[in-house]
Amino acid sequence: MEHYLSIFIKTIFIENMALSFFLGMCTFLAVSKKVSTAIGLGVAVVVVLGLAVPANQIIYQAILAPGALDSIMGITDPKESIDLSFLSFITFIGVIAALVQILEMILDKYFPALYQALGIFLPLITVNCAIFGAVSFMVAKNLTLGESVVYGVGSGVGWMLAIVLMAGLREKMKYSDVPDGLKGLGITFITAGLMAFGFLSFGGISL
Amino acid sequence: MSSDTKKVLFGPVVDNNPIALQVLGVCSALAVTSSMENALVMSLAVMLVTAFSNLFISIIRNQIPSSVRIIVQMAIIASLVIVVDQVLKAFSYQLSKELSVFIGLIITNCIVMGRAEAFAMKEKPGVSFLDGIGNGLGYGAVLMVVAFFRELFGFGTLFGVEIFQLTQNGGWYQGNGLLVLPFSSFFIIGLIIWAIRQWKPEQVEKD
Repeated sequence: MEHYLSIFIKTIFIENMALSFFLGMCTFLAVSKKVSTAIGLGVAVVVVLGLAVPANQIIYQAILAPGALDSIMGITDPKESIDLSFLSFITFIGVIAALVQILEMILDKYFPALYQALGIFLPLITVNCAIFGAVSFMVAKNLTLGESVVYGVGSGVGWMLAIVLMAGLREKMKYSDVPDGLKGLGITFITAGLMAFGFLSFGGISL
Repeated sequence: MSSDTKKVLFGPVVDNNPIALQVLGVCSALAVTSSMENALVMSLAVMLVTAFSNLFISIIRNQIPSSVRIIVQMAIIASLVIVVDQVLKAFSYQLSKELSVFIGLIITNCIVMGRAEAFAMKEKPGVSFLDGIGNGLGYGAVLMVVAFFRELFGFGTLFGVEIFQLTQNGGWYQGNGLLVLPFSSFFIIGLIIWAIRQWKPEQVEKD
């Protein structure tokens, strides 16, 4: 239990997807103008990450990992061992795209209010690099199924925290006198840089 | 070269830069710019993937049903990225380790998807190919500028060749610790955007 808790805290603060690995930056910068939309997108990312990371973990360990298919195919000679890991990118993106589509249909049928609220954000999530990044990190870190659930949800919550904070700052920034050339994107970049600087201080926590 | 071709090819470098104006492909721009070498390899990879995905998508644009176009585009892009990844692993293993998940993340790099969706689905193959090269150049230009500042002032080197001798090697230059950290690229990109918009005031955002 303690182990899972420390992974959870670590992925939210120390290894924050948006501010430590700079993943999902396109949407982070483009959709952080209002707090309410930021929360909507954040929730959608948490849900998709929480499903996509464990789903891909199962597929990777059962089919794609080097030697995973050997017992099923009855291969004992290590020279003939099957390594499908080169297919992992295309499989992951397929699984993510399919998951997002299924989620969209389920929400549309059973939770129309939530579907309306998330609206255009759901399909956009397929190309959010935070999802694909978290899945790639899951493979690189070689997580177990339980760890991958915690890792997925944790990185989603971390990303949501970052985008909601950013949206809050940008709402206040409307009233500040920013130089013309920096307006909009420029000042957003610099603000994000300062936020990342702040999040760096969590790096000192040892878990 | 006709003026139209020139516009498609070099327009994205300053006038319509993918990172500074279209807010596409920011994620990798931040994380891989600690050295000129990484930035160069990443820019080349993105340029090739964008150019060829534009070409192939444009060739079959009239056959793709619009309801499944995202999946078709994803499949093409993912296959191209797998090729790039495998080539890099075969010929430059050390570099592919350093770029780690970021090569895979080209799949979700919004430049590739964005150009496929906005340009290649409408235009002829030849022009689309050039548009891909052009946007790769625009992306690469920003990456190289950021990497130039970070490597020169952070480590005192360019492409690994010593320019300023660091104090720990008995020289005079004290490396800037801030520029070694990834988030410093936020500030540099913010300032680049400011510079471009000071030069081309029509890019300034309205309130």
